[in-house]
Amino acid sequence: MMTRIIAAAALALGLSAGASALEGNAHAPEKYEWEHNGPFGTYDDHSVQRGFQIYQEVCASCHSMNLMRFRNLAQRGGPFESEDFPNPNDNLIVMQIAAGYEVQDGPNEDGDMFMRTALPSDAFPAPFDNEQQARASNGGAYPPDLSLIVKARSGGADYIRSLLLGYEEAPHDAHLSPGQYYNAYFEGGAIAMAPPLSEGIVTYADGTEATVEQMAEDVVTFLTWAGDPHMEARKQMGIMVLIYLFFFAVVVYLAYRQIWANVKH
Amino acid sequence: MSGPSTYKPSTGIEKWLDSRLPIIRLGYDSFVDFPTPRNLNYWWTFGGILAVFLMIQIISGIVLAMHYVAHEDYAFESVQRITRDVPFGWLIQSMHANGASFFFVAVYLHMFRGLYYGSYKAPREILWILGVVIYLLMMATAFMGYVLPWGQMSYWGAMVITNLIGALPFVGDAIREWLWGGFSVGQATLNRFFSLHYLLPFVIAGVVGLHIWALHVPGNGNPAGLEIKDPKKDALPFHPYYTVKDGFAIIVYLMVFATFVFYMPGVLGHADNYIEANPLSTPAHIVPEWYFLPFYAILRAVTFDIGPIDAKLGGVLAMFGAIAILFVLPWLDTSKVRSMRYRPLTRWFFIFFVIAAIGLGWCGAKNPDDPVPLLGFKFVYLAQFLTLYYFAYFVVILPVLGIIEKPKDRPASIEASVLGNDKS
Repeated sequence: MMTRIIAAAALALGLSAGASALEGNAHAPEKYEWEHNGPFGTYDDHSVQRGFQIYQEVCASCHSMNLMRFRNLAQRGGPFESEDFPNPNDNLIVMQIAAGYEVQDGPNEDGDMFMRTALPSDAFPAPFDNEQQARASNGGAYPPDLSLIVKARSGGADYIRSLLLGYEEAPHDAHLSPGQYYNAYFEGGAIAMAPPLSEGIVTYADGTEATVEQMAEDVVTFLTWAGDPHMEARKQMGIMVLIYLFFFAVVVYLAYRQIWANVKH
Repeated sequence: MSGPSTYKPSTGIEKWLDSRLPIIRLGYDSFVDFPTPRNLNYWWTFGGILAVFLMIQIISGIVLAMHYVAHEDYAFESVQRITRDVPFGWLIQSMHANGASFFFVAVYLHMFRGLYYGSYKAPREILWILGVVIYLLMMATAFMGYVLPWGQMSYWGAMVITNLIGALPFVGDAIREWLWGGFSVGQATLNRFFSLHYLLPFVIAGVVGLHIWALHVPGNGNPAGLEIKDPKKDALPFHPYYTVKDGFAIIVYLMVFATFVFYMPGVLGHADNYIEANPLSTPAHIVPEWYFLPFYAILRAVTFDIGPIDAKLGGVLAMFGAIAILFVLPWLDTSKVRSMRYRPLTRWFFIFFVIAAIGLGWCGAKNPDDPVPLLGFKFVYLAQFLTLYYFAYFVVILPVLGIIEKPKDRPASIEASVLGNDKS
């Protein structure tokens, strides 16, 4: 709540990041009650897991996540964290996920590069070798890396969710080039990403019904976690620090009153 | 206020040391027994807060530098790796990034305190000038530090600011290339900014030493604007009276700081800086960090040529002039009365000066061509009006008011201001 008030005040003064996005003609992102909002909010691990599945099966065909390693999924605060595996590299679920990918390694003793099964310590494989290849495959548009996408867009999680759900029939005065789609939340309205989510595009491993709304919520939760994986540890430490400082302040204030008791000032 | 030293070495070691290097005596005279006016209010605690934040920035910065890679291909990722993979890296990085903002909040309050209570007046001109030097060094350090994460705002902010130098006639281009170490912001620029960003905080620490030295000669100013006449009646020893009061203020300030560090670490930053620097793609709106916004507004307020000076150079001169004028402030204010408590007219102009400074920050964050809410005209006109007031405050208002204003009666001494029915 406090965060939101201060953020709103900062926004009103135009001092914060959000200000510039509200200019221009794009719709303001729709507010959504995320479970990870607020000073005590935590990630819904099941939602992050489902979101990772969406990323794997849908987003990853065009978008890289270069800052992510498979082991991140099992680290403290990650969706597959397990007490049985204090070292995330040993986590069986994550080993299994990594084993589904081939990565290039090398050079070997003969000086050749070779392919091997991915390990938890490997990075998420990128769909394209370089920007040029990505553009060539996407009608000239460059699908951005998703590691930090929630932090890198003003409006954050609300914006990404609104964007994923915001595809609509183009108004008659909109100018769309071939291969572009209309999305009122995107600056300018014309976006090169085809509507990525459709009813039943994935079958959730945990049996949750894969509605478009549900998928948008899950994938954005996953992306929020990916951009800020230590949020839970951060909030937990924050409360301890504030409690400590509060009592420290009280003690020092009482000392101050005591020392100054007989001094006119 | 350096009187005769009252330090008495008690142990043998202290006596031995005192006759060779009286460093304990220096510390004792400066921070324990130092006579401090008894009427200091909480506005006087920001000096201590600033010292704490200088230390926070230096210590967190040294740790960050152990993990940071000053290379255009790796800098962005290395900062991300710090927040992801370095143990408590997310904490150190958040403290350092938010610490810069809190450093500036404190320095602005410290400076406004000085402006209101006339802390720049004789015999404290050097003290004030050293403070302005520290402020300039802080701005240079913060600017270069913001470039290091090598995000889009880092890169384009560096581009905009260094390009300003190019506006200088004849030598501008040469100086700009010399700063860049090339023909654009690039690897050489990043590397030298990292080097200087590591160096300057220690220069700041040195000037802070001079600042405290210059403070300890005339002693603290105070809300009554009077000098200590009788230390027994007017003053208290710095310890424990002000160590405990400053300590309390520091802890409260740290609580606000912690709220940002732990609960909204990114709120003062810009989303575009989570995108790696790309020389081929200019962000739609390039805005500096909030603490530079008032000067950015002054820069952009000059939209017209003045004789041979074109608008761009005029803006640059106005921006640097806005800081440079602080150096001569002690000689612009003609009033002998230090504290605005006793200057009924000037205090209103001061309050409007604070509003103007904040208003300039607002203008700096906005697109100059957008309309001001409620007022309807463009932000650039508001910025021009406020810029005019900013300079008028120093070159017209303070010199003139000092002559025409009739100050209120001042108490006879600090003690009298405390004991009497002093309401302000």
